[in-house]
Amino acid sequence: MLIRLPNDIAPSEITPPEIYRDRRRFMQGMGALAAGAAFGIAPDARAAGAKLAGVRDSAYTLAEASTPYKDVTTYNNYYEFGTGKSDPARQAGSLKTRPWTVAVEGEVRRPQTWDIDALLKLAPLEERVYRMRCVEGWSMVIPWVGFSLSELIRRAEPTGNAKYVEFVTLNDPRQMPGVRSRVLDWPYTEGLRLDEAMQPLTLLAVGLYGEVLPNQNGAPIRLVVPWKYGFKSAKSIVKIRFVEKPPITAWMAAAPAEYGFYSNVNPQVDHPRWSQARERRIGEFRKRDTLMFNGYGAQVASLYRGMDLKKFF
Amino acid sequence: MGAVLRNPKLWIALLCLLPLGRLIALGLGGGLGANPIEFITRSTGTWTLVGLMVTLSVTPLRRLTGRSDLIRYRRMLGLFTFFYASLHFVTYIWLDQFFDPAAIARDIVKRPFITVGFSAFVLLVPLAATSTHAMMRRLGRRWQHLHRLIYAIALLGVIHYLWLVKKDLTEPLLYGGVLALLLALRLPWGVAVLNAVSARRRQAAGRKPDVAKPAG
Repeated sequence: MLIRLPNDIAPSEITPPEIYRDRRRFMQGMGALAAGAAFGIAPDARAAGAKLAGVRDSAYTLAEASTPYKDVTTYNNYYEFGTGKSDPARQAGSLKTRPWTVAVEGEVRRPQTWDIDALLKLAPLEERVYRMRCVEGWSMVIPWVGFSLSELIRRAEPTGNAKYVEFVTLNDPRQMPGVRSRVLDWPYTEGLRLDEAMQPLTLLAVGLYGEVLPNQNGAPIRLVVPWKYGFKSAKSIVKIRFVEKPPITAWMAAAPAEYGFYSNVNPQVDHPRWSQARERRIGEFRKRDTLMFNGYGAQVASLYRGMDLKKFF
Repeated sequence: MGAVLRNPKLWIALLCLLPLGRLIALGLGGGLGANPIEFITRSTGTWTLVGLMVTLSVTPLRRLTGRSDLIRYRRMLGLFTFFYASLHFVTYIWLDQFFDPAAIARDIVKRPFITVGFSAFVLLVPLAATSTHAMMRRLGRRWQHLHRLIYAIALLGVIHYLWLVKKDLTEPLLYGGVLALLLALRLPWGVAVLNAVSARRRQAAGRKPDVAKPAG
């Protein structure tokens, strides 16, 4: 069995992301052109893979190499499109990201239903390179594009009763073949404490690698909470609700002994069935040590001061 | 040469090597996906389970078809199952744990699905070791008793899979269902059903019914 060590691959052998994406976009473009010719419509600049304009650099970068675009967009957990890792990339084409609205409601002074295109202009888009650690024991480094969730929260003006924020994913069996099976209790829901949601690291992502988010990665808008396990970062959000009581999330409802509300990345607290001490970075051969709070302890450890993280897992 | 090519054992062996061939081809062509080690672990585990089910279906098939010569292929199917189980085990020891004995020991004690999978593999070893004609002769009746372990091993294999998946139990339950059927066909009424079907088929074909003897 030949296992390629990452170090054996010369940089010249790797297709640069832009060329890979160009080829991909070319193929998609051909498809779109054909469809456009058939239906008399022009290709859409808001479709997955289109370059996002005016993206600013940010202080959130990493010295670690980004996971190749191909791996980020073909190895996904998105059960609404199937439980296999390659299912979302194959099946998420049926997701329609326009028209799309995001309802902001609950304990806020200014509830509002945002049209996605207005929401995209809410704050300047930034590129943020974050580690992503899946609860299953693998990880990636992903250059997201988006803005802090706090930008939206400030505009919504939470009331004194708003202690938690709940996120709801689209639940449409016509667009999402996976929700026809009862793997989880749909719609997919996630939640954060209000102070976690206000933490500047918490991102509303609309793109990756400088381009519009591919459907399988949670288009048109998703959450990214880099110090928590990946499933906390809800995809394809249609509702953001401010509430007083901690919401029961989809994974808590599915397996309360295995998935807690916090689900912070923590190498010292194992999943009941497997260790969380190490992880396999996609593209690397040997496993690496998992970092406390996925390496974001300096920014977020203070949120959990005095809490028993074994109890509040 | 012609005799060799006409021997079904050669073709069965080649068939059994296909999953390994596929893994090698995918590995050389970079087709193992974003997480190649997970792919290899899953694939070798899957084929071990398939091997167990195929091996366990030899006896019911004999009863159903009345072809007692099928028993000749069971040893090879069992050994190929052991081969894929070994690949699966080595993948875990090497590519997952990097030969760290402390980490492996901790894993076996702490993680129920590893405990179960490891037990199944350990139990397979004596079966593979006593698969030769010489051992069969030496052990006599005890050989049959020993090789009944395969039922427990298959059950442990299915539990191993059932306990490792995060949420979607469809596939492990599918293997569980097949195993339940294969075991039920060994119970007295299961054997009776197989024999009755076999007898009817023979009658329809205009031949004398010839009930196969139970052989494990």
